[in-house]
Amino acid sequence: MRTTDTSKMTFSRVSPGEGLKKALKMTPEEIIDLITASGLKGRGGAGFPTDLKWKLAAAVKDDLKYVVCNADEGEPGTFKDRVILTDFADLMFDGMTIGARAIGACKGIIYLRGEYAYLRSFLKGKLAERRNDGLLGKNVLGIAGFDFDVEIRMGAGAYICGEETALIESLEGQRGEPRNRPPFPVNTGFMGHPTIVNNVETFTWVPCIVTKGAKWFFDIGTERSTGLKMFSVSGDCGKHGVFEFPMGITIQELLEKVDGTGAKAVQAGGASGRCIPACSFGRTIAFEDVPTGGSIIVIGPDRDMLKVAENFMEFFLDESCGQCTPCREGNAKLLEGIKLLQQGRCSMKYLRELCKLGETMQLASKCGLGQSSPNAFLSIVTKFKDEIMGRTETAL
Amino acid sequence: MLVSEREQLRANIERQVKEFGNDRSALIPVLQDVQHKYGHVSEYVMQVVADILHIHPVEVYGVASFYSFIGHKQKGRFIIRLCRTISCDMQGKDRVARQLENDLGIQFGETTPDGNFTLEWANCLGMCDQGPALLVNERIYTKVTPETVHDILEECRTLFGVYALQEKETLCELPTPVK
Repeated sequence: MRTTDTSKMTFSRVSPGEGLKKALKMTPEEIIDLITASGLKGRGGAGFPTDLKWKLAAAVKDDLKYVVCNADEGEPGTFKDRVILTDFADLMFDGMTIGARAIGACKGIIYLRGEYAYLRSFLKGKLAERRNDGLLGKNVLGIAGFDFDVEIRMGAGAYICGEETALIESLEGQRGEPRNRPPFPVNTGFMGHPTIVNNVETFTWVPCIVTKGAKWFFDIGTERSTGLKMFSVSGDCGKHGVFEFPMGITIQELLEKVDGTGAKAVQAGGASGRCIPACSFGRTIAFEDVPTGGSIIVIGPDRDMLKVAENFMEFFLDESCGQCTPCREGNAKLLEGIKLLQQGRCSMKYLRELCKLGETMQLASKCGLGQSSPNAFLSIVTKFKDEIMGRTETAL
Repeated sequence: MLVSEREQLRANIERQVKEFGNDRSALIPVLQDVQHKYGHVSEYVMQVVADILHIHPVEVYGVASFYSFIGHKQKGRFIIRLCRTISCDMQGKDRVARQLENDLGIQFGETTPDGNFTLEWANCLGMCDQGPALLVNERIYTKVTPETVHDILEECRTLFGVYALQEKETLCELPTPVK
């Protein structure tokens, strides 16, 4: 069953292979300059400039470099990568190959999450086709000295492995615990070799930019967040599925397009994102305002915000890797706090302490999971005080 | 010549390690393969893998216990993982969960006494637009209702007996394509 009609998306209008052929006629420097001119930023949610990542990896001298595609899409409410991999796999592989050309890599790895195991044989078939067509393997498209091949590695049900250093640890056969940064993967990544880790969607935009030109991409969106973005929309709205919108769209506009205008709040960016109440629907979705990896969960007027927060905290408690204390212990404390609020037994003083703890976690946690896990709690607690304080009977 | 089950297992693992390259990065693919074929990763397997890769068995245990799709305990032939994350929650996963418990007669985290079904929670299966969603081994079911739970279980049950060997192939396919 499908909810998404992908036929009108930009990805459908760019024919696979075209961008790749064009890009392979360019020098690696020209490719990176083109990405710089487009302003493309990481589509996984962190918004790190793609050109900078590639430039850093290209600058390192090493015989062996890796291009890793992060298909460990675990953020609650996100499913755009699944749709891209099913419908636009060739475009994505084009993007990986262009990336490999840009940094001088000869090996590519797709880290596919264990929950998407049903996509593995499909992608394997695609890879075999590409090898047949000379788009992978030795001397790609007849270019002497440019060898590139891609293998698929499966995740095993750990959300944290979507973090790039944890992903690399997992590829190396370790527990998926994030590393300290620096050094960054662009210097010492997989097996100590320079590695770029990019999101599925980031790679897919690359051949589009090459085909349509950097200016086309740069002219869409805001100054600091250029281009189009795929959004995974779910929750209390009329239309579910994946949508393509320009960056800088306001939440109100987005809700109108998905029939969700009566919403009480919108959770942008999944569990690690922020909860935006109705009064702030004028805000824009962009890296400088409300950042998101594409997850938009519409929360209708009848939903209990504490239940939403509880669901998120249970998720983080389960998925924290347990390596650093603020995240391991903090998430448990925040969840306890939510239980107290549900029973109507939380004093304002204790709630303030919990908020302070949340802020400490944002500062002191080692990786993005712990740094962002209190976001939902903090935004719900501060924006919906009216609803959550002094409950007389439990909502359960 | 008689080959004991353990010898067979060891030979299997050795072959796998060779295929994935004889180093530490082969560890997770090998464990996943064992999990896929035998339903769990036993202490004996951990010892064998550690011997072949020249690492301490505790390292293998550390890795195996970290990932939720690799398990130490023997699980059922069909592992049912119901998504408990927000979007599926809003679309009524609680009722599906209750019906699963009713129809199987077990709680979440348990395996049926006949060893056929294990019931587990999963975090976001990436089917938020079509919730509630659940995975049976590698097959995804979407828009599950308390009513369709029974049909899903029956679909699994038809794979018992003589067809059991084909289950891995049949339970691993793409979601239905666009209408």
